[in-house]
Amino acid sequence: MGNFLEGRYRTCNTTGLPVCLDAQFFIRAHAVVAVVFFLIGAVAALLLALTRWSAVHLLSAMWFYRVLTLHGLNMLIFWIIFFEIAILYFAGTSLLNTRLFSRRVGWVAFVLMVVGASMVNYIVLIGKGDVLMTSYVPLKAHPLFYLGIIFFAVGTLIAVFNFFATIYIAQRDKTYQGSMPLVAFGALAAAIIAVLTLLHGATVMIPSFLWSLGLIENIDAGWYRLVWWGLGHPSQQINVAAMVAVWYFLATLTTGAKPLNETVCRVAFVFYILFINLASAHHLLVDPGLNASWKIWNTSYAMYLAVLASMIHGFTVPASIEVAQRLKGFTRGVFNWLTSAPWGDPGFASMFLSIVIFGFIGGITGVTIGTEQINIIAHNTLRIPGHFHGTVVGGTTLAFMGLTYYVVPLIFQRDFYFKKLARIQPYIFASGVVLLSLGMSFAGSYGVPRRHWDVNFTGAPLSAGFDAAAHFMLGLLGIGGILTFTGALIFILLTVAAVFFGKSVAGQPFSGWQPAEKFKLSMEIFARKKDETFEAIAHKVPGTVVLVFVLLISFMVYYFANWKALADVWFVR
Amino acid sequence: MSIKVPESDWFKPPTGSERLWVGVALVWCIVMFLAMPYWHFKGKQNSTGESYAVTPAEFMERVNRFVETNKVGEENGIPIVEPSPGGDAYMVGQMWRWYPILKLKEGQTYRLHISSVDLQHGFSVLPININFQALPGYDHVLTLTPTSKGVFQVICNEFCGIGHHLMTGRIIVE
Repeated sequence: MGNFLEGRYRTCNTTGLPVCLDAQFFIRAHAVVAVVFFLIGAVAALLLALTRWSAVHLLSAMWFYRVLTLHGLNMLIFWIIFFEIAILYFAGTSLLNTRLFSRRVGWVAFVLMVVGASMVNYIVLIGKGDVLMTSYVPLKAHPLFYLGIIFFAVGTLIAVFNFFATIYIAQRDKTYQGSMPLVAFGALAAAIIAVLTLLHGATVMIPSFLWSLGLIENIDAGWYRLVWWGLGHPSQQINVAAMVAVWYFLATLTTGAKPLNETVCRVAFVFYILFINLASAHHLLVDPGLNASWKIWNTSYAMYLAVLASMIHGFTVPASIEVAQRLKGFTRGVFNWLTSAPWGDPGFASMFLSIVIFGFIGGITGVTIGTEQINIIAHNTLRIPGHFHGTVVGGTTLAFMGLTYYVVPLIFQRDFYFKKLARIQPYIFASGVVLLSLGMSFAGSYGVPRRHWDVNFTGAPLSAGFDAAAHFMLGLLGIGGILTFTGALIFILLTVAAVFFGKSVAGQPFSGWQPAEKFKLSMEIFARKKDETFEAIAHKVPGTVVLVFVLLISFMVYYFANWKALADVWFVR
Repeated sequence: MSIKVPESDWFKPPTGSERLWVGVALVWCIVMFLAMPYWHFKGKQNSTGESYAVTPAEFMERVNRFVETNKVGEENGIPIVEPSPGGDAYMVGQMWRWYPILKLKEGQTYRLHISSVDLQHGFSVLPININFQALPGYDHVLTLTPTSKGVFQVICNEFCGIGHHLMTGRIIVE
């Protein structure tokens, strides 16, 4: 039984889940702030895309690097982590049928995070922190830059503590029987990875802060990179774990899907926790100071189990949707279940496009360029942002947008305006990201560097530059950037309009994205026990099998093509 | 289940297509791992990270000595330096140039020392697209064999301040 305080909870009219009102407050607060930082990051993104598009070349060199610093921090850190903390508040309470551990702790965390993030943005905007997101020593920023990041990280740790403590009181009060729901389990995985990540962050940011004050004389550049990437890449794996949890959640809400095999899904989350740190080595593959055995081992831990985890989720989520759809009677052929899916529901469209972009663009490129030797032809070129815009923008951000289409009616209890626009928004955003990522990746294949203001090297003592093909790819990047920004702006405007001016939908079930009877059917399918019919369909999911093998073949082609490209360059050891 | 507690007997092995996929994916992951040690021994392009501690001042001294001994010409006032085949060559990254210009012979092997005397720099040879990291305090040794002739651009692909885009260098292979 729940342990809610009298008058401090309600029951959701749509999902039937309990909602702790204190948690609801923090979900709202974190989600709103997340969108504010997303807006800052998105405006920065547009300016950057219009500068990298060499025919436009909008910003000055100084403002390019300043805006690039702003973009990285606001998108990769502030937007995503604020949103993830909102997810933790939801998953920790509603899914475990418990109240929030502490409002006070929640406030402390929230204030620290907002203050920290604002400090960093202020320092960057006044020009005292032109060090990019990585702030590689010996590049030095104002001490308040490092302190802001430390505040933000500590705030995040405190919010994560609130989540763990909430699980503790749920266990203590026996608010649920048996194992926790999968989405909560995924959120727990994200929270554990967050702790590991933030400890790396403290290890590197505290000395950097003291160094910027002049209290420490020297920080070794190689050591900084090693530890910073223990923060830099695993922090993106918080996103991966949270994103996958959101996939499962949206699959249930939009189609009534449930996992085929809980063990497989949960073990895959455990793989993330245990092995995800391998990705931090991907940034050090052409560094001095680390030998080949270190690189080969740490970039893979001998079997890439974190990659296996993503390949598993990439199967289980579509497979669970396929089973739910087939149970509804969409049994014709291999793909009838997919073609009859609710593509007009922005929650579903965002989730499915997120899976496809994450897998086909983000995943395949990431594992390939994270191969020890292949990294030689990829390191610090535009192939790197080409990869992570596929994962973080096309994957995580798109999934979070999809979730927002349900958070606003269910948690803010407001309805959207311009629903038709909302239905096409995921497609605009997704196609923008695809163009952007492909433009970056292909430009990077010509060696075009990332984080670079002028690839024509105007004024350099020894001339350098790229041919027309590379500039064409940069144009693609620019157009993709404009399209992505348009999608982002539509999302922000729709969300802000709904949250602040939307009609209240409190007290009534929400079925704004799908006809009420379809939603009801989905929930009915979800609530059904896993009987023989379910198991029989789950045993062979032909549509999903075709999809994942298409992924595998694309993966292999891309992977071996890269070995071929590597074999053509100069010999080097 | 995703948003509700699962049945109590949820702990069981996968079956059917799911089992097949987990197996196939695991094999692929192991293949991707094995490719790296294989290439380490059989491949011609590797990142062994051979490196030695060096202070920026010491490294600069070695660079200057290298230039003095092996200088064969000049371009735009920048020395062109030709190391002996099989010998040591130096290229230093500093805000904002790669110094000096190197003249190498196709098919010959050199021990190319790269480092930085200020910020972190990215050693990137174009258009062949080879990229290595240059860090202050580290003498990073690349055992390099150019396999094509021509004039190659060296650029910096690690952000190193406002003049980052001016940082270029050159390798001439004959």
